[in-house]
Amino acid sequence: MIPLISIITFLPGLAGLALLFVPRRAEGVLRPAALAVAIVTFLFSLPLYAGFDAELIGYQFEEQARWMPTLGVSYHVGIDGISLLLVLLTTFLTPLALASAWGSIEDRVKEFVATMLILETGMLGVFVSLDLFLFYVFWEAMLIPMYFIIGVWGGPNRIYAAVKFVLYTMVGSLLMLIAILALYYQYGAATGRYTFDLPVLAQYVMTPGRVQDLMFLAFALAFAIKVPLFPFHTWLPDAHVEAPTAGSVILAGVLLKMGTYGFLRFCLPLFPDASLTFGPLVFTLAVIGVIYGAWVSTVQPDMKKLVAYSSVSHLGFVMLGIFTLNQQGLVGGLIQMVNHGLSTGALFLMVGMIYERRHSRLIADFGGLWQVIPAFSALFLVVTLSSMGLPGLNGFVGEFLILVGAFQRNPWIAALATSGIIFAAVYMLWMYQRVVFGEVDKDANRRLTDLSAREWAVLVPVLALIVWIGVYPAAFTGKTETTIEALIAQVQSKSSANR
Amino acid sequence: MDAIVLPPVLVGPLLPTLVVLIAAALVLGLDFIPRAVPRELAAMVTLAGMVGALLATLARWSTPARAFRDMIVLDNFALFFNVAICYAGALIVLLSMDYLRRTGSESSEYWALVLFSTAGMMLMAAAGDLIIVFLALELMSLSLYVLAGLFKRELASGEAAMKYFLLGAFASSFMLYGIALIYGATGTTNLERIAAAVAARPREPLFVIGLGLTMVGFGFKISSVPFHMWVPDVYQGAPTSVTALIATGSKAGAFAALIRVLIVTLRGVPADWAALLWAIAAVTMTVGNVVALAQSNLKRMLAYSSIAHVGYMLVGLVAGGVSGAGAVLFYMLTYTFTTAGAFGVITLCERARGEAVDVSDYAGLGRRHPVLAAALGLFLFSLIGIPPLAGFVGKFYVFGAAVRAGYVWLAVIGVLNSAAAAYYYLRVVVYMYMREPEGAAATYASSFAGGLALAIALLAIVFLGVIPAPFMDLAQAAVAPLLR
Repeated sequence: MIPLISIITFLPGLAGLALLFVPRRAEGVLRPAALAVAIVTFLFSLPLYAGFDAELIGYQFEEQARWMPTLGVSYHVGIDGISLLLVLLTTFLTPLALASAWGSIEDRVKEFVATMLILETGMLGVFVSLDLFLFYVFWEAMLIPMYFIIGVWGGPNRIYAAVKFVLYTMVGSLLMLIAILALYYQYGAATGRYTFDLPVLAQYVMTPGRVQDLMFLAFALAFAIKVPLFPFHTWLPDAHVEAPTAGSVILAGVLLKMGTYGFLRFCLPLFPDASLTFGPLVFTLAVIGVIYGAWVSTVQPDMKKLVAYSSVSHLGFVMLGIFTLNQQGLVGGLIQMVNHGLSTGALFLMVGMIYERRHSRLIADFGGLWQVIPAFSALFLVVTLSSMGLPGLNGFVGEFLILVGAFQRNPWIAALATSGIIFAAVYMLWMYQRVVFGEVDKDANRRLTDLSAREWAVLVPVLALIVWIGVYPAAFTGKTETTIEALIAQVQSKSSANR
Repeated sequence: MDAIVLPPVLVGPLLPTLVVLIAAALVLGLDFIPRAVPRELAAMVTLAGMVGALLATLARWSTPARAFRDMIVLDNFALFFNVAICYAGALIVLLSMDYLRRTGSESSEYWALVLFSTAGMMLMAAAGDLIIVFLALELMSLSLYVLAGLFKRELASGEAAMKYFLLGAFASSFMLYGIALIYGATGTTNLERIAAAVAARPREPLFVIGLGLTMVGFGFKISSVPFHMWVPDVYQGAPTSVTALIATGSKAGAFAALIRVLIVTLRGVPADWAALLWAIAAVTMTVGNVVALAQSNLKRMLAYSSIAHVGYMLVGLVAGGVSGAGAVLFYMLTYTFTTAGAFGVITLCERARGEAVDVSDYAGLGRRHPVLAAALGLFLFSLIGIPPLAGFVGKFYVFGAAVRAGYVWLAVIGVLNSAAAAYYYLRVVVYMYMREPEGAAATYASSFAGGLALAIALLAIVFLGVIPAPFMDLAQAAVAPLLR
């Protein structure tokens, strides 16, 4: 059998390392080579989608190899309905991000493409790891490439943003490391088998109480910072605004999903009682995030910052969906993770394109773009509407399912969250109106050029998916439903309320 | 009365140390040969001594032996530390070769003293008797005092030597007094016989005070808080290659003796001693990291960071047991390579005069010397504890042992410290990759030997990071017999 997952995971990183040895005089080969590697990785990931059996419970394409047998660490990877979509999202967005940087990153191209490819390996590793040690290795290792992308190729305040990003994430993840160790020793003491293997540990029914609560909180803190859940979101606007476009796309598209993925993959199955105990707290924070993120977005003068804060709002929705702990909410949360990756990724791409032309992201600097660059404006409209959740586009599917799920839990919360959709319409449409409609009142905007062929090539795949998910979501939700059902069943059977 | 019987002289258990001492004698002898001798010969002999000692160590693996009425115990525990010490010594020889020529301080005494101090470190690891602990400690320390003052014309170097000597002598006298009290309480200086006497009469005040005083001496040598005051000045003032030796080899030797004295005489780490070590570990990591945050001199920053790392290692000692002590051994190994590498990069970066020691000297290094910058970056990431580098696995084992033994809060303090430490390590990376130089910037002193040393250290930290299990198993197997 072909170790498909390992190939997908390590191909980009190894290729990235190899590219570092390309001599200076052959630098022209770097961009095409990196893009080719990313596309090949994407093509390799397609058989995962095709070959994934949606009816099966448990992990597929599993690979397991000895690594540190005395410690109970193994190289164990595999995917289920949750990670499948995120792996595809990662392999899909990376080539686009690389292509978007084609014209904008001129300095240290070699290091840039290598870092991006190494980052892809880190992200994929997080999504496919089925061993807590392995997961943690990828989770931490991935920080460094992102740190460099923000810090080396970012905006004027990049160093502050990069260091803040690393420190925030690190505090959370190091506490998670302690919780991982505590879980490992508790399971070992209880069963006599010391292992970091996730499927094994997930079977373990932990007594509810303080210890489980603390472990949950340690895991949850790491993930909440990454999501970011209000009030742990303050690193996000800095990181997004300073990061280069490609970095923002990956940050919003994939990195934030690691947080929500962590809740799905670790917090719920490992600590079901604590998940129920702290559910209302997470619910509250998520709703605050939805509304707060939307409000703050409304008043941003900078488009990139606006999109960054809108991420806080959208991810609040995802968290809401996950902690409904019912089928609609969880499926909605998962599909919304993908949607946010596509819509916000596309928004960052387009803000980046306009920034390359005008060297400004301030809304006030634009106006009347439709008259100058109609194609850009039309595509921007589709993306804006998708981010707002217009029916027929992808965002609607996820938000609708989440709200259905949340309504079953608590109608009031659902009502409050719905207001977030209204605010989304306010900030997105208002921004769109100020940028695209009206008269061209700035001379600098008259000479803007419309989308180039490369930019079309970057945007069309995203837009196609946005429409595809909006019209026929079952192509994606269908792959996850069985996994989500099994997850809910697992949480319910393990939580003490049902024993 | 029995006649005095001389114990048989066994060469085997002394072999690694002997190799080093013979090399030292050869180096000193080279001075008598006139002119014709090439300048590099002394360095080559020193390197041969280190490599020979390493080979001798590996040859003695798993053949525990004792000599001189149990004064020398060359078990796997000692051999494990010998490996770290020999590697540290060899790396430092490689790093010193061109460094000394550049700074114009070549002399055969340098090489002889490096060898003597290395012999002292190795003896400390193999000491089965408090007298040997003390003698080895002095052999190591006196050589290092002189080495610290190698740059005779520089005030900082003289200050470093003076401070190191005065405070070191003070600490040694504490230790000697402690040994005297232990002898008074138990009637012996042999560790195992002390253990037997203590087991018969636990909590004998004289013994407790004596052991406490020896701990003061060890605390000074491993530079744990509150005995760390000398560290920043000495690390900063001493020639960087010597700093690297003080930071790696001398710490390894002192830690080896500390662990052996503690867990052999007390048969493990009892709760009350663990409580004391708990406090020292917590304070050591916190003080080291917090003060390091404020440093702009790279050598000083690494000095404080090395204090913090001692705190992490003490966490493993608090946790105790085979997993805790084994984790300390493993950590020592990873720390040796990482720290020697980091100081190694400093020795290779030079400004107009001497090495580049200010963080801002490293601005733009990533552009001018990508390989060197990448190397320093990897060493710093390993010190932060980013996987898959060795530093991460070291921390993982140490904190894992603490969690296992129930010291969860100590582990939490440890990881929060690691996060704070990330800030100052990353600042160097920020300068290397994200800032452009202002004024005279550090340039790379081309040195084949230095490059080789960095390559070895880099390979080691990646290898220990990806495949740590066999080495951890060896470390645990090495400490297991001590705990029986």
